[in-house]
Amino acid sequence: MTDITETHVTSPAPSRSTKRIRWSQVFDHTILCTGAFFMLFPVLLVLMTTSFEDADIVRNGLQFGFEGQMLENFDAAMFEAAGFSKAITGTRMLMNSLILGFGFAIGKIVISMMAAYAIVYFRLRFATFAFWIIFTTLLLPLEVRILPSYEAIQSLGLANTYSGLIIPLIASATGTFFFRQFFRSIPEELVEAARIDGAGPIKFFIDILVPLSRTMIAAIFIIMFVYGWNQYLWPTLITTDEGMFTLVRGIKQIVQVLSQTGAMIPEYGKALALSLIAMIPPVLIVIFFQSWFVKGLTESDK
Amino acid sequence: MAQVTLDRVRKTYPNGFEAVQPCSVKIPDGELVVLVGPSGCGKSTLLRMIAGLEDITDGALSIGTDVVNDKDPADRNIAMVFQNYALYPHMSVAKNMGYGLKNRGASKAEIDAKVQEAARILNLGDYLDRRPSQLSGGQRQRVAMGRAIVRDPELFLFDEPLSNLDAKLRNQMRIEIRALQQRLGVTSVYVTHDQVEAMTMADRIIVLNAGRVEQIGTPTEIYEYPASTFVAGFMGAPPMNLLTAQIFEGALKLNEDTVLPITAPAGMGHKVLVGLRPEDVRLGGDGSVLFNVEIVEELGANRLLHGKLGGQDFSLSVGKDEAARTGVQPITLPVARVHFFDPDRGTRI
Repeated sequence: MTDITETHVTSPAPSRSTKRIRWSQVFDHTILCTGAFFMLFPVLLVLMTTSFEDADIVRNGLQFGFEGQMLENFDAAMFEAAGFSKAITGTRMLMNSLILGFGFAIGKIVISMMAAYAIVYFRLRFATFAFWIIFTTLLLPLEVRILPSYEAIQSLGLANTYSGLIIPLIASATGTFFFRQFFRSIPEELVEAARIDGAGPIKFFIDILVPLSRTMIAAIFIIMFVYGWNQYLWPTLITTDEGMFTLVRGIKQIVQVLSQTGAMIPEYGKALALSLIAMIPPVLIVIFFQSWFVKGLTESDK
Repeated sequence: MAQVTLDRVRKTYPNGFEAVQPCSVKIPDGELVVLVGPSGCGKSTLLRMIAGLEDITDGALSIGTDVVNDKDPADRNIAMVFQNYALYPHMSVAKNMGYGLKNRGASKAEIDAKVQEAARILNLGDYLDRRPSQLSGGQRQRVAMGRAIVRDPELFLFDEPLSNLDAKLRNQMRIEIRALQQRLGVTSVYVTHDQVEAMTMADRIIVLNAGRVEQIGTPTEIYEYPASTFVAGFMGAPPMNLLTAQIFEGALKLNEDTVLPITAPAGMGHKVLVGLRPEDVRLGGDGSVLFNVEIVEELGANRLLHGKLGGQDFSLSVGKDEAARTGVQPITLPVARVHFFDPDRGTRI
């Protein structure tokens, strides 16, 4: 006859374990902080420099500290007409860039979703072949086919238009690929249930596929918006009218034009202010869509 | 509500594979018919042809009085419950149920009324605003049923609707579906591979094997008079014992030592398959038939004894009150409940 005895394991005093410094954590944070510093320091430096007068910048390069010129520089960057023909202001460039970014991202999503829909859900004769053709265009980015593209757009009379700026960039193998994979993971029964519920192809697309893909759409939207926003080569080539300049290419143009006209001091402060403004929209988009972005790429709600 | 008629309906795939051989069935109004068979037997294909999700290669399918071969699924006035429920994940329960009506152009008030009514029948009233992902398996199943009910269909189609549920819930839903079907009186076709579901739910069972209809009949008919060895082996758990016996001067010999005390059917060659349900055989007897029990399976309500009879596999089932042990023991065969099958074609004699 033995009694069952409960044994209590005395747990070590909790205060000791919380007090102890976890070196691995310190190490991790050191790396993170160093990385963040390296990424943010140039931005901070630019921000500080915008508060100096152009003459100081020309004499001494990038500056530390704050002077009183920041507001003036930002004001000039946004609202002062500039360029050769005085046809462009910062706001105009910002608008052009936003049109390009949104047009590019939305256009890509619409086109690639429809392409993927056709490839996945319709019994087309050469669907797989067509998909692989689309996929191989990954090997031919715009930079490779830039001259023929320019020739085509030019002869269509689309140079210096938003359509000419956006359309050649829209065809997207990556988007089509992502949507194709996503659509293929949607259970077949859902399509059949919709058919029995009387949803035709267009209704099924709008009522079911689009809402199901919304996290996917958000993820692709971010990638594509930033990609479109940062376009440099194509806008440089296709827009010669200064009124069509985007921010990313406009910054350089302003500095260059002013320094070429002679005795004036290049307006570095203004250019730096513009480059800071150019960073803001992509950052906002990423912050705004961040949670959706992660969802879209990792989890699926089916 | 309608009767469904299949007239030599056949399905051949483009690669030449014949998934469903010509099949003629008449399903009377209000009956629940179960299509049962092992996987790949064509039961789902047949159901999907009735639904309009698969093309019919040949033959005529009518629901009510119209031939519907070329009608879209949406125009056949049917409703289908899928194995994985196929609920729209981004819609609330109410929207899931009302989507079909909305596409038909029903008014908002009408949709609301019908969804409320279905929710009341299925006890889903509290869940109408939830998403399918916030429901349990049984509740999802009920939403799928609700989606079928609100359409007021002439025909319900069920494609293995219970196979994603756990055993306990499955029994419960089985009864619920059956009760609902009887209350609404809607003609139904139900596909399953589970012979228990088939036996318990069906007014009529259609047993399919390799794309061919093996037997059509009520559960009792199927169980008591299986038309072939396939049906005999498929329906019933544990399955019917099938013994190959030599006919020797009117007696049935399993081997040199074992002669069955059963009269051989007249007009046979020298071989026959003898079918015996495990629960028809009794332990004990005069010792003329000896069963070598190798394994005793305890099932609670009864016990299964597996072993050899005359060198062939044999099982029998005894009640929980009877003692069961391994080793050789005498058994009594039910002379009145013996099934004979043709050894070559497997058909009933």
